[in-house]
Amino acid sequence: MEAHLPVLLIVVPLLAAPLCVLLRHRTLTWILALLAAWTVLGMSVVVLLRVLDTGFISYALGGWAAPWGIELRIDVVNAYVLVLVALIGATVLLYAPASIAAEIPREQHYLFYTAYLLSFTGLLGITATGDAFNLFVFLEISSISSYALISLGRDRRALMASYQYLIMGTIGATFILIGVGLLYMMTGTLNMADLAVRLGPVLHTRTALVAFAFLGVGMSLKLALFPLHAWLPNAYCYAPSVVTAFLAATATKVSIYVFLRFVFTIFGADFAFAQMHLQTIIVPLSLIAIFITSSVAIFQTNIKRMLAYSSLAQIGYIMLGIGLVSETGLTAAIVHLFNHALMKGALFLALGGVALRLGSVELEDMRGLGKRMPATSFAFVLGGLSLIGVPLTVGFISKWYLVLAALEQGWWPLAALVLLGSLLAFIYIWRVVEVLYFQPPPTDAPRNEAPLSMQIPMWLLLAAVVYFGASASLTAGIARKAAILLLGGAL
Amino acid sequence: MKERIVLRVFAKPLIPLILLFALYVQFHGDYGPGGGFQAGVIFGAALIFYALVFGLEKAQKVAPPTFLQSLTALGLLLYAGTGIASLVLGGNFLDYSVLADDAVHGQHLGILLIELGVGTTVASVIVLIFFSFAGQKQT
Amino acid sequence: MNLIAGLFNYWVVIFLMMAGFYNVIARGNLIKKLIGLNIFQTSVFLLYISMGKKEGGTAPIVAGADAVYSNPLPHVLILTAIVVGVATTAVGLALVMRIKEAYGSIEEDEIHQRDGEA
Repeated sequence: MEAHLPVLLIVVPLLAAPLCVLLRHRTLTWILALLAAWTVLGMSVVVLLRVLDTGFISYALGGWAAPWGIELRIDVVNAYVLVLVALIGATVLLYAPASIAAEIPREQHYLFYTAYLLSFTGLLGITATGDAFNLFVFLEISSISSYALISLGRDRRALMASYQYLIMGTIGATFILIGVGLLYMMTGTLNMADLAVRLGPVLHTRTALVAFAFLGVGMSLKLALFPLHAWLPNAYCYAPSVVTAFLAATATKVSIYVFLRFVFTIFGADFAFAQMHLQTIIVPLSLIAIFITSSVAIFQTNIKRMLAYSSLAQIGYIMLGIGLVSETGLTAAIVHLFNHALMKGALFLALGGVALRLGSVELEDMRGLGKRMPATSFAFVLGGLSLIGVPLTVGFISKWYLVLAALEQGWWPLAALVLLGSLLAFIYIWRVVEVLYFQPPPTDAPRNEAPLSMQIPMWLLLAAVVYFGASASLTAGIARKAAILLLGGAL
Repeated sequence: MKERIVLRVFAKPLIPLILLFALYVQFHGDYGPGGGFQAGVIFGAALIFYALVFGLEKAQKVAPPTFLQSLTALGLLLYAGTGIASLVLGGNFLDYSVLADDAVHGQHLGILLIELGVGTTVASVIVLIFFSFAGQKQT
Repeated sequence: MNLIAGLFNYWVVIFLMMAGFYNVIARGNLIKKLIGLNIFQTSVFLLYISMGKKEGGTAPIVAGADAVYSNPLPHVLILTAIVVGVATTAVGLALVMRIKEAYGSIEEDEIHQRDGEA
């Protein structure tokens, strides 16, 4: 059974999804989904431990050996992302029933869990696969179920947000499809390891260059790199709280993993950065992303939207780390991928509790919340501290590695800019903290904390934030191994 | 009312032929263009044709939406179940060679089963989509 | 001349791709955007299928011993991509129907206007 773990990771939620449709019962489907998600979490941890030991796991679907068949190939990079996706998927599901009871009609709850499981399957499939077209298929599976999940929001603007995401996401995925097709035209293979080998001699042809361009734009659309980010704020703001927490912590991270896979493993770092000058594009764009989106976040009154813009800034940080193309830079990017998912997941879960009790996430409605919902407010403060990068939180680890990477290359201004970004984060977090604690509540409302089922997952993620912030050897160590693997171009 | 009669007279013999053709396409995917998705769409098209000519209520009596929802899930379960069966019988996921005594028969059986699963899911999804769109009130 | 006639299929692909893409960006009507998206995806299908054709190749179904077959892999990829396109269009149309119910219009600027008023 252990040999089949890579495929079981994908198949277990895939089997649970139609079973949810057949069961049709609110609580039973939740229990089934929970079982599936926690099983996947356990399996992904086993896979990570195995990969840290042996290097990589390869699994031939259908018994057909690669490169003729579809291969699932898991090395340190994907095992890391798999554990992340499984962790977020399992934790957020604990939170789901109380939250969606207020936001989605009861008869549709079983469909919510079905769509959630399908999106989960898609994300796991993207991460585990070693075949470029299979990646596109799973990408579309996760995206289409995400469009459905986002449209479940109560506000009617969720529909338009989901539609906009559908249009932009499909364009992005189609660009990726075009890129993969052009690569297939030049090499005759779709297997990623094989592509890396066969692409070498033909990298100078115009087809390969165009494929690179299409893939780059498609992936940037999916990971919401400025200026292709327009779908993200609306989608995160109007979706149900569970969906925002899940998508914010997983969808863009997996797209960043896809970017790493294509740029470093398939095309190779020297083609992408030395010949195609990817650095000249990514570094300025990420810096612009960090500053513009952080500044816009400062002026938002809807806190979900503020956190969405903050997510865009964090994606800028990750891409900045990738753009630095050094071992420390990539380590910073990969560790921030993990850390940001933890922080943002926790923050959106906290906001979901606020949405449940207050019915709104507008800043003025949250006046004096520190007295009425002390645990949730403290959770928000802790998450915010991590966003700023205060020591003892994971945010500090990421910023530390990023500044270190910039200084290693002698780019002092870049390090200063990263710290300036932290200052902007401080401003928008302080805005909320001031309203939560230093303004009187509108009415004398009693203490009405979020229910326990919602608090436990939030505290789980925050415990991880503090734990991995205090002792980063595990996360940063694995990230560094992943970075070395990627830069080596080896699989 | 006159046009309706022409449509009805034509639909009555035509719809079974379309359904039969869908089954033909379903099971002859190895020998000609065909397979699960195409067959599912043709099957769905036949049911939608019925709904267009004879009215939505009659069509929903023939194919109740809750039953169609269950069929959707069952098709996917058939597909994944075939894969799990190959896992249990000793091969990798979706390795059809282990499904029967010799590899060629196993491949045949495996493809037949998963295409059946795909065809069922696609047909029921297409008809469900039509029902949910057609069931909207006129705005 | 060879540039146009020899690469005829690629010219068709590019024309459809740009036509579809233009529709998605320039039209305000939500259904027209979806149709543009479909045309865009169809151009990609043509790209794949035309790349699979070999000169003198027949359908990739086992016939005689020494028949020349077109490459079957792009055909399979396109079947999958077509299904993905159908699923996306279905979700998109369902969204448009819900938007029409909620807003009473499917023109993007009218929807933004009604959001602004609300």
